[in-house]
Amino acid sequence: MVKITIEDLSFSYGSNKILDGLDIVVGDSEILSLVGPNGSGKTTLIKCIDRILKPEGRILLDGGRDIRSMSSKEVARYIGYVPQSSSGFLSTTVFDTILMGRKPHMGWRVGDEDIDHVVKIMKLLHVEEFALRDFNELSGGQKQRVLIARALCQEPEVLLLDEPTSNLDVKHQLEVMDIVTSLVKSTGISAVMAIHDLNLAARYSDTLVMLKDGKVYARGDPKTLLTEENIRTIFGVEAVVINSLDRPYVVPVRPLNGDGHDI
Amino acid sequence: MPPENAIERSELREEYTQFVGRKLLVMLASLLGIVLLMGIATTLGSADISPAEAYSAILARFLPGQFQTTEFIDTIVWQLRLHRVLMAIFAGMGLAVAGTAMQGILRNPLASPFTLGIASAATFGASLAIILGAGFVGGQYLIVGNAFVFTMLASMIVYGLAKYRGITPETMILAGIAIMYLFSAMTSFLQYVGEAEEVHEVVFWMMGSLGRSSWDKVGIIALVTCVCTLILMKLSWDINALGAGDETAKSLGVNVEVVRVICMVLASLITASIICFTGTIGFIGLVAPHITRMIVGGDHRFLIPASGLVGAILLLGADTVARTIIAPVILPVGIMTAFLGVPFFVYLFMKRRKGYW
Repeated sequence: MVKITIEDLSFSYGSNKILDGLDIVVGDSEILSLVGPNGSGKTTLIKCIDRILKPEGRILLDGGRDIRSMSSKEVARYIGYVPQSSSGFLSTTVFDTILMGRKPHMGWRVGDEDIDHVVKIMKLLHVEEFALRDFNELSGGQKQRVLIARALCQEPEVLLLDEPTSNLDVKHQLEVMDIVTSLVKSTGISAVMAIHDLNLAARYSDTLVMLKDGKVYARGDPKTLLTEENIRTIFGVEAVVINSLDRPYVVPVRPLNGDGHDI
Repeated sequence: MPPENAIERSELREEYTQFVGRKLLVMLASLLGIVLLMGIATTLGSADISPAEAYSAILARFLPGQFQTTEFIDTIVWQLRLHRVLMAIFAGMGLAVAGTAMQGILRNPLASPFTLGIASAATFGASLAIILGAGFVGGQYLIVGNAFVFTMLASMIVYGLAKYRGITPETMILAGIAIMYLFSAMTSFLQYVGEAEEVHEVVFWMMGSLGRSSWDKVGIIALVTCVCTLILMKLSWDINALGAGDETAKSLGVNVEVVRVICMVLASLITASIICFTGTIGFIGLVAPHITRMIVGGDHRFLIPASGLVGAILLLGADTVARTIIAPVILPVGIMTAFLGVPFFVYLFMKRRKGYW
């Protein structure tokens, strides 16, 4: 089953076109990673899919329903969003932060089933040991797990993750990506990630979408797409791609100028 | 024996229930504090009556068979003191609730009902009435009517300006600051051209006082405060989500702009309906939410009502001290709220952990 269909999607900030006629399909239990240089439109696309921004074109969810015909609550029940970082302005506990994810499903009163759901997700992501600690006191990796837990509490069909590993050390990067992969495989949800690290994208994604200047440059499985030529064209970087353990590993060598020559 | 996971889940659930229970306990304690303070405040004044006599006089109206009082005490309590005490309770509650809502939707610890230029607008309206005698409503409600109308006018201008650039915390605060300086300048001009006696009256109005209380004013303030507080409490999940950032709130299904405007209108309405009768009492709306947040945390489901109770205690306590500290002189309550609230706030601020904001 197709989870999201994006048709001819464009978005501009004033006269500055960020996304230009994108067509992307996200399938069932698929991890799709958006890769591309800064300014290529990865984060903007994530925000358009979650209707944080209002693009032109069509986004179809839930068996072909146009996102514009859905209420914001319906969208929130279908898509869970994990921001790059959370500016926790107020002092809130981890439990309350995750409980907020139940908002699309509950009224003012918190029901027993909501509490049960939070507790279940907390255990799934191993955050129960700091349930009543202040969210702002957590480490980067712990915060990321809590934000994923909050999104999962929405019971979404699709998880959108904006640079989920950008503020994390290597251990926590792997930990977070392992969690996302295991959730996708065990629950059948799909995940769309904006990600900078090509090696993490190659290791954990079923599909890569390469963005360049707001357009889809290429789409396919990581082994096919991560070539030295594509990396040169997309990122303007000379790189060596090593295939090991049935996966491509990108070793960046040097940046190139606009003509594809050494700077 | 249940599986290990089931035990841990129930423990976690129990822990959270206790955590919520502690917040409810704080609110219950605050409510008892208000009732106690209400009795004490009603006894204080030139006519000497005991707390028991004060409570009896209050309860005798509701349960005449159970409680007895004399006509003298009944007059002192019901016609002279109780409406002032209740005005302090509802005004303190309203200002604190409005401040909590403003800090929540603007994500700014310095926000208060006055961030949107409300105090300056109210002062200008009052000054216009006092110095030039001009206003929208005539007679005894000239000053009150002006303060209310200009307060709501300031909110509408701030909304209009912010709407033009998008309703964000930044645009609302910047528009509010611009309005604040505009009305301050206009008030200064009126004071410059006014007579010394008129300027004195304006300054006294600006200090805030509960001396102009009456039962009908208490009724209006109580009604507006209670209705607006209930609506804000209904929006508490949305305000919580806004605290995590606009993008997160949108992704959770919150209509960010609509919620922000509704909260702004409600906070303005509460503040306008209070300060048009009392003058500007600024400290409560800024500090009561901070004090409460340090005690019950940042969840607006509990923060809004608890902050209202703390605001009521602060203003009632301040007014009680203001009436008695150098009796028979009654100090303006606006001065006393800061004198009493700041030490308590600094104490909590020093005791609490780092990274609170």
